Amino acid sequence: MEFLVATAVATMTAAGIYLLLRAQTFSIVLGLTMLTYAVNFFIFASGRLTVNQPDIVVDPSGTYADPLPQALVLTAIVISFGMTALMLVMSVRSYFESGSDLAELFGPEEIVSKDRQ
Amino acid sequence: MSIALIVLLPLLGAVFPALMMRSGKNESAIAASSVTILALALLLTNISAIVQNSAPQASWPWMPEIDLNASFFVDGLGFLFAVLILGIGLLVTVYARFYLGPNDALGRFYAYLLLFQGAMLGVVLSNNILLMMVFWELTSLSSFLLIGFKSSSQEGRQGARMALAVTAGGGLSLLAGMLLLGQAAGSFELTEILKEGDKVRSSPQYISILVLVLIGCFTKSAQFPFHFWLPHAMAAPTPVSAYLHSATMVKAGIFLMLRLWPVLAGTQTWFYIVAGTGVITMLLAAVIALFRDDLKSILAYSTISHLGLMTMLVGFGSEMAVVACVFHVINHAIFKAALFMNAGIVDHETGTRDISRLGGLASIMPLTAITAALAAASMAGVPPMNGFLSKEMMLEEVTHAPAFGVGWLLPGLVMIASVFSVAYSLRFFFFTYLGPVRNDYPAKPHDPSRGLWLPPACLVLIAILIGLFPEDWAGSITRMASDAALQAKSPKFHLSLWHGWTPALMMSIFAFSVGIATVSLYVPIRAFWNKTLLPNAKELYDHSLNTCVRLAQISTEWSFNGSLQRLLFVFVATASTLGLVVFAQSSYERGDRELLPINTFMFVGWFLVVVACFVVAWKHTNRLVALLTVNIVGLVSSLAFVYLSAPDLALTQIAVEVVTLILMLLALHFLPKEAISEAASWRQYRDIGLSVAVGASVGFLSWAMMTHDAQSISSYYIQHSKPLGGGANVVNVILVDFRGFDTFGEITVIGIAAMAIYAMLDGMLTGPLSVTLLKWTSGIRFSPNRHPIMMVVVTRVMLPLAILVACYVFLRGHNLPGGGFIAALIVSIALIMQYMASGFAWADERVHFDYHALIGGGGLIAAITGIGSMVLGLPFLTSGFKYVAVPFIGKVELASASAFDLGVFLTVVGGVMLALANFSNLGRMTGEGKR
Repeated sequence: MEFLVATAVATMTAAGIYLLLRAQTFSIVLGLTMLTYAVNFFIFASGRLTVNQPDIVVDPSGTYADPLPQALVLTAIVISFGMTALMLVMSVRSYFESGSDLAELFGPEEIVSKDRQ
Repeated sequence: MSIALIVLLPLLGAVFPALMMRSGKNESAIAASSVTILALALLLTNISAIVQNSAPQASWPWMPEIDLNASFFVDGLGFLFAVLILGIGLLVTVYARFYLGPNDALGRFYAYLLLFQGAMLGVVLSNNILLMMVFWELTSLSSFLLIGFKSSSQEGRQGARMALAVTAGGGLSLLAGMLLLGQAAGSFELTEILKEGDKVRSSPQYISILVLVLIGCFTKSAQFPFHFWLPHAMAAPTPVSAYLHSATMVKAGIFLMLRLWPVLAGTQTWFYIVAGTGVITMLLAAVIALFRDDLKSILAYSTISHLGLMTMLVGFGSEMAVVACVFHVINHAIFKAALFMNAGIVDHETGTRDISRLGGLASIMPLTAITAALAAASMAGVPPMNGFLSKEMMLEEVTHAPAFGVGWLLPGLVMIASVFSVAYSLRFFFFTYLGPVRNDYPAKPHDPSRGLWLPPACLVLIAILIGLFPEDWAGSITRMASDAALQAKSPKFHLSLWHGWTPALMMSIFAFSVGIATVSLYVPIRAFWNKTLLPNAKELYDHSLNTCVRLAQISTEWSFNGSLQRLLFVFVATASTLGLVVFAQSSYERGDRELLPINTFMFVGWFLVVVACFVVAWKHTNRLVALLTVNIVGLVSSLAFVYLSAPDLALTQIAVEVVTLILMLLALHFLPKEAISEAASWRQYRDIGLSVAVGASVGFLSWAMMTHDAQSISSYYIQHSKPLGGGANVVNVILVDFRGFDTFGEITVIGIAAMAIYAMLDGMLTGPLSVTLLKWTSGIRFSPNRHPIMMVVVTRVMLPLAILVACYVFLRGHNLPGGGFIAALIVSIALIMQYMASGFAWADERVHFDYHALIGGGGLIAAITGIGSMVLGLPFLTSGFKYVAVPFIGKVELASASAFDLGVFLTVVGGVMLALANFSNLGRMTGEGKR
């Protein structure tokens, strides 16, 4: 199980970073979303994986999943939603302002020239 | 209490002179001086306690976790410095009232001066060395404001910047030194540290502590090679120079060396670094001072030279040398403040400070000339002035201090310095006041008003009194301060003018005769000096500063040339390289934690995620496909949360997933649907390489982390969730109770983000972009049946149901999975569905509340809940709960945390809906709802 989580986090990170390094705004937002998944899962996993022990305390001496990373990730999910929304609006606005959705002043020539055509 | 008040009075009182300035200059000056007098009076109330050797203390915990306490104490040494700071501060206040012209903002000046005064008092009265650091840096900052007071002059700005860069930079080094010192001594309280001298000196960090602390002291006290900032700080108005460079700012370094003397001194390293730096500074600055032409510049180098003298004395490590140093601190403060004020008077009256344009002023300004003569005599060490006494003591100590086993080395160097010191003092007086009267002074000089000459005259009077009756006027305070500096009874000494024909007296006589000879031969000596080329410290400083700026510029321009791609690449690559360095040094092998078994369900999920990641990366140019694929990852995550005992996370994730998807689809409506595909280029391979490398590292890291057992602090939360927070759902209790302050910050961020979104979209709708928007078409052929009747009916029926579910989820959140966040997202989804099914226009017409108000109201409710507990005398956001029996429903828990959660709920609904509603407005502008 841990192996699956580790590899999944790895793949999500890699995909997120690859998309983050693209030149157009929408890809960057997608990349950020992917990276968010990866980071959230990583933080969540820092409490170690547990099955069937949700944090509904009946008996305080029993064993439960680590609630602290969960609380952190819960806020992280909501915050990253807010940031994603902001990024999206910025990309729409910049697209209408500049007529292009490049996040570059002087991007890779091949894209900039294609975009201008 | 009263001790803390001494420090706080000037800091808080700084506003008064600035306010009183509206009534006039005198009122402002009175306000400033009354603050100082009050602080001085408070200080003097402590004198009997200090005499009885019980240093009064006052202490409050500030940040006890890092051993930072607001603790103050006043012993003899602190008392001496505080008296100098306040006494000379008072005279400077009076002097400045008459010195500054009508165009200078006197109120602002006094405000800065009092700020500085408070900071200096903080340095000398702090008991906690971290608190002392806070004040130490405050002196750097406030002296920056004072030196750059004439912000219109370039010299002033440059001098202020240089002083700040050097002293605050040294402050950083001092901070590091103090942290190490506190660790080595086992306490950050000075009173404790002073008892741990042996422990500190034998600790392996002793050398690091010594070097770091000394860099701080040397930069502040302008010791070679950090001396160059002081002459440039002379661009300050003269009252500032009189204050900063006599009794306060530059003495802070000397103070700290004296303060830490029992802890750090006494080793060979201490002797060679401190005494060596001191004697070099003393000699070098004395030589330079002789060849300066600006009166203030002469005094500046003379100050550096005298600071070198004091540093050297501290460096000797003998108890008598400390006594001599303390005594010279007093004497130097007095005569140097008088001399600076004197130079200010000359400048004020003649319009120039250039010594080559002066001369013959004695007959025009007799009063000024007399004070100058006496103060300069004190600086030169002429009996019976006070400067003579401490200089004798210094010479006496020097003869007992062999360096490198050579008995005459230090006395020889000090002799040369003394010759120059006599020479520049004489030159200062002779070339300004004696000689023929000139007729080309820039202004018509005469003796100034009382306000200007009384302060220096007071100081000179004290200088004479100390000189004639040293035991009566300075004996007890010197003894008191020396006892405190040594942390022991100081050796028996008797201050007096006449000690017999000692070697020190011989040296004095020699220095004096050669000094007179030097001044009489000044012209040829000066010609010789002008031919020698010495490196200019300022040029070196400027050069190194420019190099730093250029390097910063080059690296900035290389990493950020306008391309976000490049910037992000550099950022990610740097961050992961740094991570890798640490990673490679530690073990990342599989730990021995028992692993969970893999089941088919999770394997399918894993497979879906990995495939989705590849598809997204590969097909990101087709945005719709990419978007939907990204969502697969999100959905699988939420399923994984369910499986891995995190029901709250799963609920939140799935709700956020839906909202995000809708938002992204809306945004995509306005953006190009296909990205421009990049031709396979080296850039792409480079990016693939980097992302694979980072991904693999993160994978290894997670693997290493998850296979090792962990110590968690969470057991506290699990145990106290019910008894303290009144809820069984620990995650929710953490969010709204234990870590409520974090959540409060978070909803604030959500609110701000929503407002930013609103601002950006509203700007599009109303600004010049609206023309573009009106003409814009998506180019997509829509289905003729845009609002299918089934969808409309179902969503409308669903709305109340969804709200009911949200209420349920909200209420049970404290004990079962749920809570304000999730409820808010459910309500948002239900509302968004109305927009989608029935059209933006239809939905907008039926919204009768303002989403802004929801955001603000939510934040307000959360804040009031928090402040409510403060009203009851508990810390911010302390929660309380109570069970109340309600008819038909049963026992219901009323928790203040629920009110907080309501605030969270409202803010999140408001934030989400504000973003979506504005997107819908954008849609309506571009065609939606248009017939």
